[in-house]
Amino acid sequence: MEILHMIFIAPFLDMVALPDLFFQGLWDGFVGGTLYALLALGFVLIFKASGVFNFSQPILMVLAALALVSFYEMGINPWISVALVLLLMYALAFGVERVILRNLVNQDGNILFMSTIGLTFVIIGAAQWIFGGVPRSMIHAELGFPVGSSEWPMFGGAVYFEHIDISAVVLASSLIAILAVFFSKTKIGRGLRAVADDHQAALSVGISLNQIWVIVWFVAGIVALVGGLFWGARSDVSFALQIIGLKALPVLIIGGFTSVPGAIIGGLIIGLGEKIFEIYWGPMMGGSVEGWFAYVIALVFLLFKPQGLFGEKIIERV
Amino acid sequence: MSEKVPKIIMEVKNINLRFGGVVAIQGVSFDIHEGEIRAIIGPNGAGKSSMLNVINGFYHPQEGEIWFDGQKRPSMEPYEVAKTGIARTFQNIALFKGMTTIENVMTGRQLQMNKNIFWQMLRYGPAIEEEVQHRKRCEEIIDFLEINHIRKTPVGSLPYGLQKRVELARALAMEPNLLLLDEPMAGMNVEEKQDMSRFIVEVNEEFGTTIALIEHDMAVVMDLADRVVVLDYGKLLADGTPKEVQSNQAVIDAYLGVPH
Repeated sequence: MEILHMIFIAPFLDMVALPDLFFQGLWDGFVGGTLYALLALGFVLIFKASGVFNFSQPILMVLAALALVSFYEMGINPWISVALVLLLMYALAFGVERVILRNLVNQDGNILFMSTIGLTFVIIGAAQWIFGGVPRSMIHAELGFPVGSSEWPMFGGAVYFEHIDISAVVLASSLIAILAVFFSKTKIGRGLRAVADDHQAALSVGISLNQIWVIVWFVAGIVALVGGLFWGARSDVSFALQIIGLKALPVLIIGGFTSVPGAIIGGLIIGLGEKIFEIYWGPMMGGSVEGWFAYVIALVFLLFKPQGLFGEKIIERV
Repeated sequence: MSEKVPKIIMEVKNINLRFGGVVAIQGVSFDIHEGEIRAIIGPNGAGKSSMLNVINGFYHPQEGEIWFDGQKRPSMEPYEVAKTGIARTFQNIALFKGMTTIENVMTGRQLQMNKNIFWQMLRYGPAIEEEVQHRKRCEEIIDFLEINHIRKTPVGSLPYGLQKRVELARALAMEPNLLLLDEPMAGMNVEEKQDMSRFIVEVNEEFGTTIALIEHDMAVVMDLADRVVVLDYGKLLADGTPKEVQSNQAVIDAYLGVPH
């Protein structure tokens, strides 16, 4: 009885008793969720465009963040550093298309997936070689993002808002909205879905695979930069960011690999869920549940709804 | 086809195509007149599909020239060939299975949509006009091919015969100068074949589209085609009107076999 009360009743009583703490948890979870959603969107876009699960997305984020900090440390103006990172991401997209994807047209998705694992290790090696492996701090303050925090009284207590978190939510949501419209309403969006479905057919109606691939990988690079900027600001800029990047995987399992709204909802579910779970159920399990919560949820989805909340039903004619 | 000298829209000259040591096409030349239905026939493995893939840019022949619209064509990728106004369908159906019929057909308009991407995102002004206009054209093609009832159905779930028709609709949406059909009637029943033949003739007559098609059903070919190319083991066996080809001894031998 005691244990049931602890699991099913006490946490909710706590929520009601201290609404300000509950709201704080919601806000923190929402910030994390938005950033997860953005990362997941990076995966979804490439998956939709080439049927490839891009394992290198998290390391792209690390690369973007590291490059940004390193350019700045070389004495380059922070905004010019951002431009340089974008240039680097474009060059990378171009290179990936030239060296890897172009040679793998019409190959099975698994082969392409393996190639992105290979790419991950190439980037890890190259990034450590060029930028070194020491953790640095993000240059968000230098970029003009507001730092510090505000304490706003509400619910009979106070809730803290880190200013950088507010910027993160605003910027990430706008980017998500722009990308969602870009890929659903434009000609490029239609081309992208066409390429995902059938390479040959896409070519035959005049869609250039090469061009589409460069575009999506570049977009994934932009997403990586924004993700890297804010995750870097929340912790350090180091290779450990990869672990955060990989959390997009459970997000995708929940939302569905092919769905943009799925990535957003999935991100929020994971972000909010893990924060609230950490605060109210974490202590009884000895804490640090944030690390694995997402994966447990993903496992449940795999068991009961493997295509995710919004994933496409798999149509197979036999 | 009357007295006047026909205009040649496409000409392949002395095409040689090899895959490693395997010779797929060997010294084949023929032309396609504007406005005609040109059939390419031959036994399995004769190089028919390879020939279509050469024209379409999927394969690049080691030797030979391709002339299109009076100009020698440089080596092109398929999407570039599509831009020059050559559309095609595939032997094994290559549709965008996750999309509906209308969405598939709309991809055929991809090349003609060139309004600013930012307007497209905002769904505003000229971009929306353009979308509506293309959509209208696609609906007409869908009406024409009598596939209204499946406009909103994802094509992956459609029966084979209808998928073939959607593929034709997508190719027509490109408003091609030259339409390549790779076995448009393969795997169809008699009724579906009749429908498809009717559509091919109507496309040819009403839109004046030049068509080159590969087909196995001899009766259909003899009915539809203005002129026929016969390939065998990658070589040109005969070239002429259906009647000429039918009475050609080499063709009869290739199809029926000769004692060695």
